Amino acid sequence: MKYIILLFLTCSSLCLSQALLAQTASSDPPAEAALVPPEPPAPPSNVRLSDLANDDGHGIQVKWDLSPDDGNGAKNVISYDIYRAEAPDAPDSLWKKVGTAVLGVKFYADKGDRESDSRDYLPKRTDLYYRVYAVGAGVRSQAAPAGPVQASDDWFNSLKVPELIFCIVFLILTVRFINMAKGGIDLYVRPLAGIEAIDEAIGRATEMGKPILYVLGIGTAGDIATIASFTVLGRVARKVAEYQTSMIVPCCDPVVMTIAQEIVKTGYADAGRPDTYKEDSVYYVTSQQFPYVAAVNGTILREKPATNIYLGYFAAESLLLAETGVLAGSIQIAGTDQVSQLPFFVVACDYTLLGEELYAASAYLGREPLLLGTLKAQDYLKATVLVCMVALLALRVITGADVIHKPFDMPWW
Amino acid sequence: MTSKMAMRILTAIVALIFLISWIMKSGSGMSDSAFTNVRNGFLITFAVFLTLSIFSFLYRDNPFYKFAESLYVGISAGYWMCYGFWSTVVGNFVPRASRSLSEFFHVPYQEQADHIFIYIPIIFGLILLTRLLPKIGWLSRWSLAFIIGATAGLNLTRYLRSDFISQVSNSFIPLFVDWKGIGDFVNHISLAADGQFIAILSNWVIFVGVMCGLVYFFFSKEHKGAFGVASRVGIWILMITFGASFGYTVMGRISLLVGRITFLFGDWLNIL
Repeated sequence: MKYIILLFLTCSSLCLSQALLAQTASSDPPAEAALVPPEPPAPPSNVRLSDLANDDGHGIQVKWDLSPDDGNGAKNVISYDIYRAEAPDAPDSLWKKVGTAVLGVKFYADKGDRESDSRDYLPKRTDLYYRVYAVGAGVRSQAAPAGPVQASDDWFNSLKVPELIFCIVFLILTVRFINMAKGGIDLYVRPLAGIEAIDEAIGRATEMGKPILYVLGIGTAGDIATIASFTVLGRVARKVAEYQTSMIVPCCDPVVMTIAQEIVKTGYADAGRPDTYKEDSVYYVTSQQFPYVAAVNGTILREKPATNIYLGYFAAESLLLAETGVLAGSIQIAGTDQVSQLPFFVVACDYTLLGEELYAASAYLGREPLLLGTLKAQDYLKATVLVCMVALLALRVITGADVIHKPFDMPWW
Repeated sequence: MTSKMAMRILTAIVALIFLISWIMKSGSGMSDSAFTNVRNGFLITFAVFLTLSIFSFLYRDNPFYKFAESLYVGISAGYWMCYGFWSTVVGNFVPRASRSLSEFFHVPYQEQADHIFIYIPIIFGLILLTRLLPKIGWLSRWSLAFIIGATAGLNLTRYLRSDFISQVSNSFIPLFVDWKGIGDFVNHISLAADGQFIAILSNWVIFVGVMCGLVYFFFSKEHKGAFGVASRVGIWILMITFGASFGYTVMGRISLLVGRITFLFGDWLNIL
């Protein structure tokens, strides 16, 4: 009994002491409060506002001269806080902090959002006012409002001049080569083993009486790789119709499925066999990556296609699909512009189209002037870049001067 | 014994293991509520069943894999349909289209001046649905043409910057870093990672790699002679890069396998 009483007393005293300590801690004023509050640093001066260039009209450039206390003295500036309001005399609650600049920095780009329901919305063509505070250790300076300024959108983004130049050069080259191809000039394209194997693979499927599986990947209809794959699909569909073989095209995207259906249907019509086209040979599975893979893998093992063609945008599913194709004993042709997935296709497939070869495949197969002209233009653009690189680097080595450092990263013109 | 009989026996064994696992996991539940323990026991056992069903694909196609596959695909397709409806129709269209519809779906009505623009995708969407009517199905090609044309055009400048201009720009690197003459270079040669020799070597590898890679992807000329040699160097560099990338990605996949193994041996069998 006495031990219980002793235990009770010990616990009570401990609780009491904790409570007293907590009360003392909360009631005692902090040690800092007893000291003299630190003096605020001097505010930055000459705050200038201007519309942010090369934007869609939701940005303001704020510039200022550094506070005299920036980088020296006891009132050293730690950072600058930038506030924005729509009226100079707005109450403090309506001044919104839009950003912070570290000491030594004399500008801030207030890049707002265009959506009016966004927290970072910055209205277009509206008077705006800014305050820039110099922030010290626990205190900040006074700040007078600067403004007004209005954000407006720009018709021309000068940062994209390199893209414009390349597009113009590319366009001129493309038009020239298309005209040459249309004029009957034979434009040479080197053979691509993967594409040459397609006809052979379709023939194999015909002999074996087994279907051809064509996978367009998990990309959307807007992905360049998917668009390139559509062109090859048209060619394959035409051959399949000619050889009277069956074809399976499981799709991961409903829009891709719709386009693929149109292309396969057109391929069958071009081959003069529109009656043999089966609508359900091109079907939608699901838009999620791994369920799609599970379904396609199941199809490969059950249907045992003679040929699997994987062309388009692929991610982690590349090896899963290609390995299952190996298990099923199919001949496999793959191609993607996803560099991280190419190793898996190289390992597991019989033929692989590496990156740009996928884009070239459509031109090589179709031999259409439009595609050939584009391919030739790409080649000549690459050749131009190659020559320019060698020339500039040689100039740099010979003269020892930094001729052009990262030439397209800033508007040096 | 026929394969049908063997399959029935196997199914019975799997069902028995499932039941035993469910009972044991329910019994070892941590919650005070019996219902919660039974539910958690079922969920863990079912997750284990699905995991092992998918793994059974490594042996060969079988009814358990088919079941897991169908369930996975069905749930995924249903989920994406609901997601599409709530994010696109309710999330984007309803708040801009009608106040009463917004109130019906409990989304805030957005009173904006640019409502007219939402009718463009709606019209294209409706045109796309004309595929269901064979007589006017050709109209859907307009929508498809718009989708491909618009996205290809928009992607052109984006890819031109990320895949071409930036790559070219970053290839302008000094081939002789901190060069102060051959004598100085020979005197200070070392294999230190931050040394001059390694910096020069790295930049030369990049330079030669870019040049030979570009040559490999040049389609207008036959790869013979010096051009062929450069092309072969290019493909070698590509293959070495692929090898490194392969190893790196396989390491990531192994970590996914470790996650599943941890679930089986930890959450289910309580061995880990």
